[in-house]
Amino acid sequence: MLLTNVEPGKRVYIIGLNAGQGMQGRLAAMGLVPGEQIEVISSSAWGPIIVAVKGSRVILGHGMAQKVMVA
Amino acid sequence: MIQHMKSRIVVALAGNPNSGKTTIFNNLTGARQHVGNYPGVTVERKEGYRQHNGMEMTIVDLPGTYSLTAYSAEELVARNFIVDEKPDVVVDIIDSSNLERNLYLAVQLMEMGTPLVLAFNMSDEARARGYEFDLEMFSRFFGAPIVMTVGHKGEGMDALLDAVMSLATKGSQPHADISVHYGNEIEAEIIKIQALLAKNNPLADRYGSRWIALKLLENDKDIRAKINSPDIIEKVEKSVAHIQEIVGDSPETSIAGSRYGFISGACQVAVRSTIEVRHTISDRIDTVVTNRVLGLPIFLGLMYLVFSLTFTLGEPPMGWIEKLFSCLGNGIKDWWPEGSESLLKSLLVDGIIGGVGGVIVFLPNILLLFLAIAILEDSGYMARAAFIMDRLMHKIGLHGKSFIPMLVGFGCSIPAIMATRTLENRRDRLTTMLVIPLMSCGARLPIYTLIIPAFFPKVWYGPMLWIIYVIGIILAIVGAKLLRSTLFKGESVPFVMELPPYRMPTVKSVLIHMWERGWLYLKKAGTIILGISILMWVMTTFPGLPEDEADRFEKDRQAIQAIIGDKKVYTEEKDERLVALDNQEAEASLRHSIAGRVGRTLEPVLAPMGFDWKIGTALLGAFAAKEVFVAQMGIIYSVGEADEGSETLREKLKDNYSPLVGFCIMLFCLISAPCMSTLAVTLRESGSWKWAVLQLGSLTLLAYVLTVTIFQAGMLLGIG
Repeated sequence: MLLTNVEPGKRVYIIGLNAGQGMQGRLAAMGLVPGEQIEVISSSAWGPIIVAVKGSRVILGHGMAQKVMVA
Repeated sequence: MIQHMKSRIVVALAGNPNSGKTTIFNNLTGARQHVGNYPGVTVERKEGYRQHNGMEMTIVDLPGTYSLTAYSAEELVARNFIVDEKPDVVVDIIDSSNLERNLYLAVQLMEMGTPLVLAFNMSDEARARGYEFDLEMFSRFFGAPIVMTVGHKGEGMDALLDAVMSLATKGSQPHADISVHYGNEIEAEIIKIQALLAKNNPLADRYGSRWIALKLLENDKDIRAKINSPDIIEKVEKSVAHIQEIVGDSPETSIAGSRYGFISGACQVAVRSTIEVRHTISDRIDTVVTNRVLGLPIFLGLMYLVFSLTFTLGEPPMGWIEKLFSCLGNGIKDWWPEGSESLLKSLLVDGIIGGVGGVIVFLPNILLLFLAIAILEDSGYMARAAFIMDRLMHKIGLHGKSFIPMLVGFGCSIPAIMATRTLENRRDRLTTMLVIPLMSCGARLPIYTLIIPAFFPKVWYGPMLWIIYVIGIILAIVGAKLLRSTLFKGESVPFVMELPPYRMPTVKSVLIHMWERGWLYLKKAGTIILGISILMWVMTTFPGLPEDEADRFEKDRQAIQAIIGDKKVYTEEKDERLVALDNQEAEASLRHSIAGRVGRTLEPVLAPMGFDWKIGTALLGAFAAKEVFVAQMGIIYSVGEADEGSETLREKLKDNYSPLVGFCIMLFCLISAPCMSTLAVTLRESGSWKWAVLQLGSLTLLAYVLTVTIFQAGMLLGIG
């Protein structure tokens, strides 16, 4: 499912990134790679999302979060 | 092995944003630093100097980056610096309370083969979170000495410099043998590509063939362009396809994964966690601050607080400075040798002290505003603000990241426009640059501070100011939306940003930030405004009253003085009439001056807004720098004042104009063309005259249309 559909407080694993290669590199540098476990800290129906990854917090715009597939 | 002794070394500081790199840079270089630009790109180049144990060090603060890809100008600059300028040592500043992500950059530095020192910064926070590090083990993994530091307390700086020195003078070969293992498939392809490169390639010598092969597989645009061999590119594409098929992921993704695997492995062995800290204090604060319902009101409330504090706390020091300058002015007037009204005296008192003083008076306000912004930035709140604003920004078609430059715009448009460099998308960037002047900058604050108390009752001070700022914001939003749906149509870059933990800003760093910007303001006052003030004084003094008119006034004056009266009331009336005559003479003189003539020529254009030629003249001066409006009004009314009278400028304004006009003045100043310096920066950052002219033209037009509308509507409604 998409990251945008995950409730706050839940921990999920990233299984894929539906982004162009440049963007994939940027996400990877922030710690978001397939196989990584992340926790959704804050979420909203059409706003940005905060996730905890590798001990830090990252804000993802809604459009960006829709490109992250998790399970 | 004995190397020849160097006397000067170059040290580069690399690291993630928010890792405390700038604090350490400041610690190491102190006042000995300067800022420039890397040629060809709008990326800041910061350099500083430090002496340690007899060695002169040039320390370069590379842009903060999360990695070394070719995706952004900052990363490319950092990477190219290391490859082209070959610093003696690279220090990677690492937020050790957040180790795994920070080490991603370290791995890449390691693979570049550059002499590396790792600084485990924020080690106090790491300790507080219960982490214990086996530095010896880490050192072996990364082939680099490691130093624990606490940047904001200045701890570990000497140890860091010692490590740098010893690495630089050792002159040992960088450890080419340490590398991440990328899995058999990828490693096989790497060897194939390396074979292709071995044939006589200068690039391979510079970077190392393994590194080049890796970059090619990662689809690095910069390296691909540099390779310039369709043959090699074709083979690389085949490798990429092969890897995708076998591994199931793109090489880029798989390589990133392997790097993190390496880091994870190192951390498992070398880090001990003693406390399980689930929800840190930052998170708890954030549940309120970034709350869907509470977030925006809290943010707006904070902004209102900042602005009203700026006003109230700034009031007393402003009063002192005002007194100081008027004492200075009076002192010179009194002390000047008896005799005719000397032009030089007028220049000094009316031109310079009146003009520049009128602007410096507002320094407390400006400093307080910059102080507030510095605190918000250093504490980490700005990132939350970007988060809260992202949804709104998105609706306008802008990036959440646009928000921070716009907020800086409340202090000064110049650093704000420079701050748009963080926006990767050119359309986002241009849109933001064009609307930033609508975020009422600090230079306009003197105008509001002058006008609001002149026309409105005390209870209205705060709200009035707030209304002006909000109008600016609304116009910026509308403008941005308009631009994004017409001129700058297109996809916005996805929003990804780190949310650093809340940090207690250090007094030192906040003061440095505040002072840096305050100093720019003072410099502006000392140079541009001084120059313009003198120019304006010239324009308002010359050519002076023609002979026959001056004579007429003199005759009238003598006639009044000749009136003999017994009672006291006659003497008072005589004084009043003399003062009135002086003012009339001064005004006539002003009409004749250059400035007056320009203003009067513009009068038909100004009239629909309710402005007279005096305001017109002041607005002209404001083009050089917004604060000059106040300075100019000061000159116009004090030149027209002659000797008597301690009426402050505000009272003069109140006597001459209505509150509606006062409001229209503020409105026009808010919207109309930004100052010369802003235009210059827009030109530089956007790279073309087109945008600077568009900014100038559209804002002036908008200001005119809106002000005319408001004024006419106000008159119709009878408010005027």
